Amino acid sequence: MAEKILMKGNEAIAYAAINCGCDGYFGYPITPQSEVMETLMQEKPWETTGMVVLQAESETSSINMVYGGACCGKKVMTSSSSPGISLMCEGLSYLAGCELPCLVVNVMRGGPGLGTIQPSQSDYFQATKGGGHGDYRTIVLAPASVQDMYDFVDLSFELAFKYRNPVMILGDGIVGQMMEKVELRPAKPRRTDEEVRALCDSWATLGKPASREGNIVTSLALDAEIMERFNIHLQNKYATIEANEARYETYKTEDAEYLIVAFGCMSRICENVVELAREDGIKLGVLRPITLYPYPEKALDALVPQMKSIMSVELNSGQMVEDVRRIAAGRVPVHFYGRQGGAIPSPEEIYEAFVKKIKK
Amino acid sequence: MDINEIIKPENKVYGKSPVLKDAVMHYCPGCSHGTVHKIIAEVIEEMGIQDKTIGISPVGCSVFAYNYLNIDWQQAAHGRAPALATATKRLMPDKYVFTYQGDGDLASIGTAEIMHACNRGENIVVIFINNAIYGMTGGQMAPTTLLGQVTATTPYGRDAKLNGYPLKITELIAQLEGTCYVTRQSVQSTAAVRRTKRAIRKAFENSMMDKGTSFIEVVSTCNSGWKTSPVAANTWMEENMFPFYPLGDMKDR
Amino acid sequence: MAIKGAITVDTEKCKGCGVCIPNCPTGTIALSKEVNSKGYNYLYMANPENCTGCTNCATVCPDAVITVYRVKI
Repeated sequence: MAEKILMKGNEAIAYAAINCGCDGYFGYPITPQSEVMETLMQEKPWETTGMVVLQAESETSSINMVYGGACCGKKVMTSSSSPGISLMCEGLSYLAGCELPCLVVNVMRGGPGLGTIQPSQSDYFQATKGGGHGDYRTIVLAPASVQDMYDFVDLSFELAFKYRNPVMILGDGIVGQMMEKVELRPAKPRRTDEEVRALCDSWATLGKPASREGNIVTSLALDAEIMERFNIHLQNKYATIEANEARYETYKTEDAEYLIVAFGCMSRICENVVELAREDGIKLGVLRPITLYPYPEKALDALVPQMKSIMSVELNSGQMVEDVRRIAAGRVPVHFYGRQGGAIPSPEEIYEAFVKKIKK
Repeated sequence: MDINEIIKPENKVYGKSPVLKDAVMHYCPGCSHGTVHKIIAEVIEEMGIQDKTIGISPVGCSVFAYNYLNIDWQQAAHGRAPALATATKRLMPDKYVFTYQGDGDLASIGTAEIMHACNRGENIVVIFINNAIYGMTGGQMAPTTLLGQVTATTPYGRDAKLNGYPLKITELIAQLEGTCYVTRQSVQSTAAVRRTKRAIRKAFENSMMDKGTSFIEVVSTCNSGWKTSPVAANTWMEENMFPFYPLGDMKDR
Repeated sequence: MAIKGAITVDTEKCKGCGVCIPNCPTGTIALSKEVNSKGYNYLYMANPENCTGCTNCATVCPDAVITVYRVKI
């Protein structure tokens, strides 16, 4: 049986990065995710796998180091929390516009502004609807456990290189800070120079061999026709991602007449709400989107007809509920319950809110 | 002697470097960017490192540098080239990595990135084109614009009270422990071009010796922005820029 | 022994900036009265007999349009 180790979610990100052959991490300290870089510095992977770890002078610089590393066909990543991610959004737009693979981890805290260091899910819009400028998308994975934090690092790099697109792990202060047992995965070595050349030579800046012209990694095209063609290409890629990569989990939805939709840590709290409801004879289930972009539209769409109502439960003022309403398309009432600014609701509190909504 | 007797391949003593592409540069007539591009191409050719050189182009007039040198290029966000170069060199230490940045890119929006890359002593080459104006956006004030200099955003001349002082960023960079070679050069004359070429070659060589960052400022002209002719711009530069931005090595170790 | 030089100019790419002219020590070069397809008065050897093939003009040319030849006679 695979080894299981007790660790924090943030530490899991660091260990998973070393384990899955990440080439470089560039970051800047911010609560509640500083353990990611601290763990990497403690582990000194540059002495074992050769992974580069560097503390940058700002989040702006971190994401642009990721940009440079991604240009070289390397598996590179950064991590931050909400205010830092805002600073990175310019870089994310460039990475998306240059079609570069990378991983950005956001361990969300409450906002706006400097906000709080307590957990939050209020960056849903920013993560799933863009964040930076331009018509681009980031693949977004929402971990609900420390195991997810660990496993999503490798998955993120797989998706990032499959689609040459930035991937974000959208966690929060709860999954970042809590400790759970994690089952370790078999180690993947870092890609050799030859492997990187074989995989990325058509676009990456690996040094121009005599056999080809210099590669140019840029998002710039002054000609409107060229830029529109590129945008259409991007949208086609996103359509492929939407068709193939939506991931979700359900909990007791088979016979459910009511549905809670919740992501990340909230989906686990809502599983307890299901138990409370079922003790009272109310057939409640949970849909947990694992990918927030692409959103599991088909899964939700298929569940809508059997429901009397749906409630989206989030640690924000109601962001994902807009997607839930869009997909429900008026077929059933869609309610929302959320706490903001770092407050975390108990299952009893959510259940009470749920009962009030359905009795109205 | 008939000219056709002289113009023969065996008599050729100077021509365009094959590292330069055939594309006509988009720069205005007489722009220093072209001369510096050519020098970099010649250094890359002479060192035989075309397959090992990664360029990072900025935002500004030289954003399109990638269209002119046939090497692998990354095009950075405004001011961030040193961050891209940092990761590139650390992930591929056997490559020659250089940034090419203007005064707005390097000395204004990218001040943090250049300071910290130089202070970390990244083994990269920084080519800094200082023409004291924003060329691409139509001739606005740069951090390096001289006091009294007229630009689109200092129509009555740069006034220290209103606009602050011209920034001698190269002098600041020279103070940083991480830099090994800091020099200020120009390209208006044959002798100046030859000195700049020697400086750029030394910088590329340094980047493989684990000595730290090499930083080359090239005091340059923007005759369109300065609203004068290319030849008069060179004279204006010599008379006005050089006294404030004196040429020569500030550090070489 | 004398040195004779000559240059060729890629007249279509020459932008007629003229920064080469003050760098020519022998007064060989000048801008043509003719223009290229972009309307630039391109460079030519006004006094070809003066050229020593010193490469000064080509060295400062921002657009790399000058090729220099030299012979010893």
